[in-house]
Amino acid sequence: MAELTATRTVAKDAALSQPLDAPRWQEFGEDLAAGQKTLVDLWGDTDRVHMAVTGPGHAGIRVVSLLCPDKRFPSIGRTHPPAIRLERAVRDLYGIEPEGLPDQRPWLDHGKWPVRQPLGKRTASAAEGDRYSFLPAEGDGLHQIPVGPVHAGIIEPGHFRFTASGETVVRLEERLGYVHKGIDSLMRGASIDTAARLAGRVSGDSTVAYATAFARAVEAALGVTISERALWLRALMAELERIANHLGDIGAVCNDAAFALMHAHCGVLREQVLRQAAAAFGHRLMMDRVVPGGVACDLTPEDADGLRRLASEIRPRFRHLVAVYENTASLQDRTVGTGKLVPALAQQFGAGGYVGRASGREHDARKAPGYAPYDALAFTVPVLSEGDVNARVWIRIRELEQSLGLIDQLLARLPAGPVVTPVIASSEALAQGLALVEGFRGDIFCCVRLDAGGGVEACRLRDPSWFLWPLLEAVIEGNIVADFPLCNKSFNCSYSGHDL
Amino acid sequence: MRGLASPPLTEAAPARSDIATAELAEKVDGAARRRLGRSLSIRQVDAGSCNGCELEIHALNNAFYDLERYGLRFVASPRHADVLLVTGPVTANMREALQRSWTATPDPKWVVAVGDCALDGGIFKDSYAVVGGVGAVVPVDLHIRGCPPTPTALLEGLLALLEAPGGR
Repeated sequence: MAELTATRTVAKDAALSQPLDAPRWQEFGEDLAAGQKTLVDLWGDTDRVHMAVTGPGHAGIRVVSLLCPDKRFPSIGRTHPPAIRLERAVRDLYGIEPEGLPDQRPWLDHGKWPVRQPLGKRTASAAEGDRYSFLPAEGDGLHQIPVGPVHAGIIEPGHFRFTASGETVVRLEERLGYVHKGIDSLMRGASIDTAARLAGRVSGDSTVAYATAFARAVEAALGVTISERALWLRALMAELERIANHLGDIGAVCNDAAFALMHAHCGVLREQVLRQAAAAFGHRLMMDRVVPGGVACDLTPEDADGLRRLASEIRPRFRHLVAVYENTASLQDRTVGTGKLVPALAQQFGAGGYVGRASGREHDARKAPGYAPYDALAFTVPVLSEGDVNARVWIRIRELEQSLGLIDQLLARLPAGPVVTPVIASSEALAQGLALVEGFRGDIFCCVRLDAGGGVEACRLRDPSWFLWPLLEAVIEGNIVADFPLCNKSFNCSYSGHDL
Repeated sequence: MRGLASPPLTEAAPARSDIATAELAEKVDGAARRRLGRSLSIRQVDAGSCNGCELEIHALNNAFYDLERYGLRFVASPRHADVLLVTGPVTANMREALQRSWTATPDPKWVVAVGDCALDGGIFKDSYAVVGGVGAVVPVDLHIRGCPPTPTALLEGLLALLEAPGGR
């Protein structure tokens, strides 16, 4: 059984050689349904399924596996709804049947690929497209509003099916998978370098977090210890990424409440962050800067000064914007009480990031299981319990302030030394590593398996959005259609990260 | 008062991209340009991108780049658009939506493929789920390279579209 602990992330392959039996697998499902454990991920493999779970406090993550010689496994989603979409995806990609799964519809497979079960039997398909039945909503005077996959703004594609009674949303159903790029299959047999580039393109807004998750999982698999300086530079980039995304989204939420002023000012601050990132690390989004073994670029003292100045310039200007947000009644009118996520649901789905933390779920992967260098840095994890759009905005405001503080600390105490350590392939037949990294929208889970030649045999990357998208369906119920953009932006789930 | 003491954020326009201009010279119909005038409505379509390109396209609207000063603006429907700005490797699941968006865009129209993935599928091109670059589905007039292209690179490409050889 592979285990990820707070102190050491090395997890030599054990899960693969010691799979569970079906009754024990089901016990995990019962523990999840009873709320004794939280589902971190559930994914397929050639001949088995894997599940990552964590206990109270998120101290360690366990990966358990179930061999499926007859291509079926007892559904976890049957008793624990957060697993339903994950299991639909397992069936689509691997052809392994979740027995008892309440939703029999495909999820990522729209019937448009030239093959069925692309990671399983790979049977040829006419690729003519499947009909998809949306869930019914019945009642007098209900009407449907179909939206997408091409949306009105500059956004990723996905389909939203609203059923409304007048202005009030009775049901929202999402249909996703439009940007499915088959990353799981591209990972198979890829070199570590190529796989790292793929990981950095799962969700472009979280490229640093994804690249870090992949790098840490590879380093765990191979027992590589990277330099202190590299760890600190990774954290520096991760916090810049968090700040840039929070700035963009705080502005965008306000823009959806017709308050373009905040959007314009936040956009200016965001641009300044990206420019400084480009100056310091050579790329505005810092793509391909985090690599297995360390980081691909060093920080000069001049650029460190530039980042220091950036943090000190943003702080007072952002404080001013926060005051505008706080004191504008027309904004508050739209965000307070809108799109409420009750804490029980956040808990059940293991909602990460600002969505979970605005609904009382105090989890941050930087604290638990925790990883370097955050154990050496002072920061707090803001938590609220209101669960509305306003609470999610406030969590982001507070997180941004904490990240500015982290940048000060990281720059003030940046260790000297090399920035990259050679990554040498394992002599063992297989090496497996796990990582959990806190991206701006929540925890990103990575489980990688390397072969003896140092290539990637399989790599799983789970976006936090898997557990956030279903919650968006829940929070919009009873709200008016016009408040959907606010709710949606306050979640800002990733399409690409989810569709993979 | 601060506004009086400090210069505007908006920056000088970038130089026209020669490569982009050359590519355009072959493809863009001069008559269509004359009819449209120096103003373009752009509909962005994400056909499978990782969202990196979208972030940089968004940045074109911030005060530093201020896209609208060039007569370029983003519109909410392909029916209002002159230009489709398409990102991503085109996924099998987005092929139909892209085709329909293109069909819904009135003639004359241009397609600008944004990002390395939009050129030929990029790092994703060998996947069962990817059809290829944008050109595999709709005719492309201009490619803007980059992963993702910077807002400046995007601006250069779009300006080239406006001021293609021959002028209007």
